[in-house]
Amino acid sequence: MTSSDLARTTDFHAADFDAIVIGGGHNGLTAATLLAQNGRRVVVLEAAANTGGAMRGFEFHPGYRSAGLAHIVNRLDPEVAKLLKLDTSTASGKPLPTVALSPNGKHAVLRGAYGETIDGISPAEAKAFAAMRKKLMFQAGILKRFLKRRPPEIGNVAMRDLGAFAGAGLSLITKGREEGRDFLRMLLMNAADVADEYLSDDRLKGLVAFDATLGIHLGPRSPTSLLGFYYRLTGETDGKTGAQYIPQGGMNTLAPAFEDAATAAGVSVRTGVYVTRITADRGTATGVILGTGEQLNAPVIISAIHPQATFLKLCDTAELGTGFVRAVGNIRSKGNVAKLDLALDRQPAFTGVSPDDHHGRMVIARSIAHVENAFNPAKYGEFSPDPVMEITLPSLANSALAPSGGATLSALVEFAPYDLKGGWANGKAAFEKIILETLELYAPGLSKSIIASNLMTPADMETHYHLPGGHWHHGELQADQLLVNRPVNAAAGYTTPLSGLYLASAGSHPGGGISGLPGLLAARDILSERP
Amino acid sequence: MKKYDVVMIGGGHNGLVAACYLQRAGLDVLVLEKNDWVGGAATSRELTPGFLYSNCSYVCSLFRPEIMRDLELPKHGLQVIAYEGGAVFTRDGDYIASYRDHDSHRREFARYSKRDAEAYDRYARDVTRRCRFIQPLLMRTAPDPFSFKPRDISELLYLGKKFGEFSAHDMAQTLRFWTMSISDFLDEYFETDVIKAYLALSGIIGTALGPMSPGTAYVLLHHYMGEVDGSVGAWGYARGGMGAVTQALASSFQASGGTIRTGADVARVMTRSGRATGVVLADGEEVRGNLVVSNADVKRTFLKLVEEDALPETFVHRVKHFKMRGSSGKLNIALDSLPEFPALPKNSSCIRGDLHFTDSMERMERAYDDWKGGRYSADPFVDMVIPTTLDPTMAPPGKHFMSCFVQYCPPQLEGRDWTDADRDAFADTVVSQIADYSPGFRDRILHMEVRTPREIEAEVGLTEGNIFQGELTFDQLLFNRPVPGYAQYRTPVPGLYLCGSSTHPGGGVMGAPGRNAAAEILRDLKMKPAEMSPAHDVI
Amino acid sequence: MMLEMNTRRALQSHIATPRFETPFHPRIAALSETSDWYTWAGYKAPHSVFDEELEYFAIRSTAALFDISPMVKYRIAGPDAERYLNRLTVRNVAKLGTGRVHYTAWCDDHGHVLDDGTLFRLAPDTFRLCCQERHLPWLLDSAIGFDVEIEEETMQIAGLALQGPTSFAVLCKAGFDGIERLKPFQLADFAHDGGTVTISRTGFTGDLGYELFVPAEAALSLWDRLWAAGQLHGIRAIGYAALNRARIEAGFIVANADFMTAETTLRADRARMPDEIGLDWLVDAEKPNFNGRKAILEARRNQTLKHVLVGLEIEGNIPADGAIVYHRKKHEAGLVSAAIWSPLAKRNIAIASLTRPYGTRLNEDLWVEIYALRELQYQKMMKRARIVPRPFIKLDRRAASPPAQF
Repeated sequence: MTSSDLARTTDFHAADFDAIVIGGGHNGLTAATLLAQNGRRVVVLEAAANTGGAMRGFEFHPGYRSAGLAHIVNRLDPEVAKLLKLDTSTASGKPLPTVALSPNGKHAVLRGAYGETIDGISPAEAKAFAAMRKKLMFQAGILKRFLKRRPPEIGNVAMRDLGAFAGAGLSLITKGREEGRDFLRMLLMNAADVADEYLSDDRLKGLVAFDATLGIHLGPRSPTSLLGFYYRLTGETDGKTGAQYIPQGGMNTLAPAFEDAATAAGVSVRTGVYVTRITADRGTATGVILGTGEQLNAPVIISAIHPQATFLKLCDTAELGTGFVRAVGNIRSKGNVAKLDLALDRQPAFTGVSPDDHHGRMVIARSIAHVENAFNPAKYGEFSPDPVMEITLPSLANSALAPSGGATLSALVEFAPYDLKGGWANGKAAFEKIILETLELYAPGLSKSIIASNLMTPADMETHYHLPGGHWHHGELQADQLLVNRPVNAAAGYTTPLSGLYLASAGSHPGGGISGLPGLLAARDILSERP
Repeated sequence: MKKYDVVMIGGGHNGLVAACYLQRAGLDVLVLEKNDWVGGAATSRELTPGFLYSNCSYVCSLFRPEIMRDLELPKHGLQVIAYEGGAVFTRDGDYIASYRDHDSHRREFARYSKRDAEAYDRYARDVTRRCRFIQPLLMRTAPDPFSFKPRDISELLYLGKKFGEFSAHDMAQTLRFWTMSISDFLDEYFETDVIKAYLALSGIIGTALGPMSPGTAYVLLHHYMGEVDGSVGAWGYARGGMGAVTQALASSFQASGGTIRTGADVARVMTRSGRATGVVLADGEEVRGNLVVSNADVKRTFLKLVEEDALPETFVHRVKHFKMRGSSGKLNIALDSLPEFPALPKNSSCIRGDLHFTDSMERMERAYDDWKGGRYSADPFVDMVIPTTLDPTMAPPGKHFMSCFVQYCPPQLEGRDWTDADRDAFADTVVSQIADYSPGFRDRILHMEVRTPREIEAEVGLTEGNIFQGELTFDQLLFNRPVPGYAQYRTPVPGLYLCGSSTHPGGGVMGAPGRNAAAEILRDLKMKPAEMSPAHDVI
Repeated sequence: MMLEMNTRRALQSHIATPRFETPFHPRIAALSETSDWYTWAGYKAPHSVFDEELEYFAIRSTAALFDISPMVKYRIAGPDAERYLNRLTVRNVAKLGTGRVHYTAWCDDHGHVLDDGTLFRLAPDTFRLCCQERHLPWLLDSAIGFDVEIEEETMQIAGLALQGPTSFAVLCKAGFDGIERLKPFQLADFAHDGGTVTISRTGFTGDLGYELFVPAEAALSLWDRLWAAGQLHGIRAIGYAALNRARIEAGFIVANADFMTAETTLRADRARMPDEIGLDWLVDAEKPNFNGRKAILEARRNQTLKHVLVGLEIEGNIPADGAIVYHRKKHEAGLVSAAIWSPLAKRNIAIASLTRPYGTRLNEDLWVEIYALRELQYQKMMKRARIVPRPFIKLDRRAASPPAQF
C-alpha cells in the first residue's frame, strides 16, 4: 500500500461522505442522486449484489428472468423522472389497457388513463363510470397536492403548508359547495360503497375493489379503503393521471436506469455491503458500521430501507426513546401480496383478450364480493381459497426475459398473509396450486405450457428483498399511517429523533410504489435543512 | 280544524325530547305515534304478564343529564341505576370480569397478564382523553364547512381551537385514533386476546362493522361517552326498563301542555308551495302544523313520507345511499329463575353486569364475516344483561327479565326476506350459546321475544332495523350526518326538520339530536329556548 | 404471555378481598387503636395507628416503624441492566456502585416525568426499583434491544421503614452486626430467619433511618425482631399521616400529589419535566442517551420550561394546603400542593408549583391566599410567602456515620 493510498483510505474512513444512503432501492438512489446533483459527496450502500430494491430482477429458471416485484409502472413521479433523466416512453406510445377479466370471456377493457374509454360495457355503465372517474380524479387531485410535499406539521402549520391547504380549499370552493361536501363525505369511505353508488357492472366494481386494496390489508368494504383507490389515481405517467405503462425494454430496465442516474451524478454505489449498525451518540447519528466491521462516518445518514429495520435492527434502541420504539413497533407492516412468476414454453392466450391487450394488465376480480371474500381469510392468517390477482406478460415487453419461443407471466396475487397459520413452508404448494387453477380458467392450456413456476410469498419477499413483513409499502398504507403519522409521528417528514438520520423509503410519506417521491422529498428536506 | 305550531312525526325519545323543549318554549306541539304506545326504541313492554321488557334499547348511560334536568325527568319518574362491570366467559371454563374497583379490576386482568393489567390504566386514560374531546361536541350543532356563514365559521374555529389545545403529538394520536380499527388500537396496548375481545365490544355494538374495520375505535368512543351521574363511561339501567325514559318524557311533555296521539300513523308530509304544512295520516286524516319535525330516520322521512320531486336530486341520491344496514338482533327472555353460570364464583357481582361469550377477536370478526355474506352469525356476539338483578320492578319476585343483544344479524338473508323459521333458527343459535355456559337455561325460559332487523323495522320503524338510524362511519358523522349541507336539522323542505338519531351526534338513547334540533327550530323562529341549560363543562 | 388456566383459576378469589393486606398487617392491626385505614395501591394501610401527632414525634424523637410493602417494586437483572437503567432513568446509573441506592426519576420521550423512585443496586447486574405507580408495560417496552429481565415483585417482597434517632440503636439491639458501617444511601444484606434481609440507610423523613426489605414469608419475624429490640428505644408503629408531615419537612415530593405522573394525566398540560418539579439536579446531560433527554435539553435551551417547584415559608401558622399563590396579591402565580406547620422548624412551610417566571425571575412579593374552614366559616387570609431552600429541616444525625446510639 502506498502512502497516498493510505492517505486516501484514512480520509475515506475518517469522514468522508456528506451523506450515506442505506439501501439501493429506487428511493435511496433518487435521494442520493438529488444530493449528488447538489454537490454532496454521497455513497449508497446496498446489501444485495445489485441495486434496485424491489425492482431487482432475478433468474427464476434457467433462461427465464423475473423483473422483480413491480411489474408495471403507474406512479413514477414526473419530477423524479426528469431529475434522473429516466426514459418514460412506452413501447406502444400510449398507456397500457387494463382488462377486467370475466370467467365467461366477455371482458371489460379500460383504455387510456384508467378507463378514459372502456370496451365491452353498456353505454349507461360507461356514463356511470365516467361520472365516478371524474369525481374521484378530482378528489384524488386534491390529495395529490399533499403527496408531493413534506407532510404538513400539525399544530405548527408552516407558511408553505398553508399554501397547500389554501390551494386545496380553493380548488374545492371553485368547484362549488357540493363538490367540497362530497369530498369531505367520501374521503374516508370504503371503496365498495362508492363503487356501488355509481356502478352496476360487477367487472368494473371488482376492478375498483381490487385496485383499492392491492397491497393493503383491507377489504373493499373496510372503511377508508377508498384511500387506496385515490392513491392509485394520484399516480401519473407521461402527464396522464391514472395511466400505466411498461418502459421500453421492460421493467428490468428501470433499476439500472436509477443506478445510472446516480452514478452519473457522482454517487458512489457499493453493493454487497451490509450495514449492521447506525452509530449514534446522545441523539446524533454519526455513521454506520458495515458487516465487515468497517466504519463509515458522515453527518447525514439516509435510511432508504424499512423504518422498522432502521430503528429496531440498525439503531441501538438506547439511542431512541421508549415511546418512539413502541410506536415504531406498532407500525402495521405485514404483506398480503404474493408474486408469481411463470416460465412458459409459449405465449399464453387468455380467452377473449385480443393479442394487443395481452400487453396490458389483466385483472381477475369478478366482483366486490370476490375481493371481499378473498380478503376475509387474510385476517386470520389464511390465504384466499379463491384469490384475486393482476397479471402481466413481461416477456412481451422484453423478449430477453425468456428464451426464444418461450414467455413469462407475472401475477400479483392476493390475499397471502405474511403470517400464514402453520407457516408458508406448509401452505405454499396449496396456494400455488389454487393460483394456477385459477389462471387455467382464463387461459386454457396455460398449465400445460408451464416450465417452471416461482411463487414468492410475503415471507419470501422478506428474505429476498430484506423487506420486513414482505410489505412493499414498508408499512400499511391506511389512514392512520399516512401523512403526519407515516411512519410514526416523531419521524414523519424524513427527520427522525436522531439528528442526522433521515428516512427516505416507502415507509415515509407519501408511501410505496415506484414513484421516487419519498427519496425526492427526503433529499429536498436535507438540502433545505443543511444548505 | 286545529292547526298546531309543531307536528312531530314519531314519539321516540328524540322526538319527545324535541317536543318537550318546543312545548316549554311556548309552542303548541302535537306528537303523532303510529304505535299504541310512545317510546320508539326506548320502551318497556309487558309482552308476558308480570314482565316488563326493555325490548329494544336496554341500557341507559348516553342519555344526557342536562336534558334530564331541563325536562324534570326525575320528577316524572326517571331513575337510572348504575350497574357493576360484567364478564366474558372463556371457552376453557374461566371468565374475565370487569370490576368497578380499580385494584380489583387490575388484579382480575393480571390473572391473564400482569402487563395487560397495568396497560389498562394507560388505555383508559387515552380513551378518556379522546372522550373529553368529543363530549362537548355532542350538544352542539355540527358546523357546515362550506356555508361560510359567520356562525359556521365560528363553530369551525371552536373545533379548531379544541383541537389546538392538544400538543402536536396528541393531535397526531387523535388523527390516528379516529381512523383506526378497535382491533389495531387494542393491539397497541394489550397482548391477551380475551382482554382485547372484551374491550372491543364497545367498538362494534350497533354497527355494521367488525372489530378489524377502520373507524371502530371511534365507535368505542361513542359508547364510552355515556355517564351515570358524572361517572363517565358508566352504564346503568333505567328503573322500570327503558320505557321509563320515554314515559318520563311523555309525562313531562303532557304536563307542560303538549298533546300525544298514539295509533296515528303518518303516511305523508303535506306541502304547499314547497313548504311543509302538516301531515296526512294513514287513514287520510290531515293534521296541520306550521312546522313538521320528523323523528323518523332520514330514509323513512324522505323516501316514504315526502314526495321525491319536492327534493333536490343530489339530496335524494345521498339519502338513498345513506347507509343504515341493520346489524343486530335481540332476544327478550322471561326467566322462571336466575340462571346459573358455574364458571362464576358464588354471588359474583358479574351477574348484575353484562355478560358475553365471545372470547377472541377472531370469533368476533368471523361473526361479522357472516353478516357481510348476508347471514346471521353462526357464532354470534351476545351482550347479555339481566336488569332484574338490580331492578326487581321488571318481573314478579324471584323471576327475571333477560335482554340479549345479538350481533350480527342482517336485514335480509342472502338477498331474501326473513321468514319466521329463519327467526326461530337465529334465536336457537343464541340460546344454545347461552346454554353452553348455563346448564338448564332452556328450562328456565317462560317466554321469549325474538327480534331480527325485520321485526325492529316493522315495530319501531327503523329502516333496515338499524338501531342508530344510520351507521356511525366517518362519511355519516358530524357535518356529514345525515347528508352534507343538511346536517343542521333543517331539510330541503322549508318547515320540515329532522330530530332523530339520523342526525348529529347519532344513535343511542342520548337525546342530544332532539335537543339540538329543538334549538335550531327555535333559532329559526327567533324564539328563546326556555330552560335549555348549557352543556355541562368538561374541565 | 397469557397465564395458564389453573394459575388463573386459583387467582379468581382475589375479588373476595378487594383490599389486600400486607404481610405486616396482623401486627399493625393488633396495634391499631384508631382503626384508621386507607387504601394504598390496593392495600389496606394505616392512616394513623394510635395518634397522628404522637406518631410524628416518634419519628423525630425515638423510632417509628412504617410499612412500605405497598410500594411497587421491580427487580431488574441481566448483563444489560446498567445500560438499560441508564437509558430508562435520568440519573447516571454507572455512578451508582453496588450496594448503593439513589433517588431518581424517569421520563417519557417528551421529557415528562413518569415517576420518581429509588434505585437499589443489589449486585453489579441486579437492581431493585421502588416507586409509587405501576410501570410494567413501560419497563418491558424499554427493554426492547436490551438483555435484561424485569419482574414485578411487590407481593413477594415486604418492606419496612424504620426511621428516627434511635433507629440505629434498635437495629444494633436487634443484632444486625455491621449496621454501623452503613452510610447514607448504602445497603447491605443481613441474616434473618434463615434467609436475608436487605437493609438500606434510606428513608422518606429526612431523619436518621433505614429501610428493610425481606421476603413476605419472613415479614412477621422481622417485625417481631425489631419490635422486641425497640422496646427500650421507644419504637412505635406509625401511619401515613405522620410520615407525610416528616416528608414535607424533609422537602420530599410525592407523585400524584406534588406533581402528576405523565401516564396518568387526562389533561396534556399537567405533565411536568424534571426541571419543573425540582428534579433538575438528577438529570445528567453528559451520560449516554436517556428517555426524554432531547426534550429536556431543548426546553432548557429554548427556555420553554413553564413551571417550577419551590419551598415556601409562609407567615403565621395556618397550613396553606391547596392555597393559590399570588404575586403582588393579584397575579395568580401557582398552587400549594403540600403544607404544614413544621413542629421541628417551628415555621409554616409549604411545597408549591409556580408558573414561571414566578419562582425563577419574580421571587419577591409572593402571597398565599388561605381559606381556613373554622366552624362552618371560611377565615380568608392573605399571607406573605418567601421562597426558601428545601429541605426545610436539616438534621446532622441523618448523615452522621457511624450514627449515634442516642
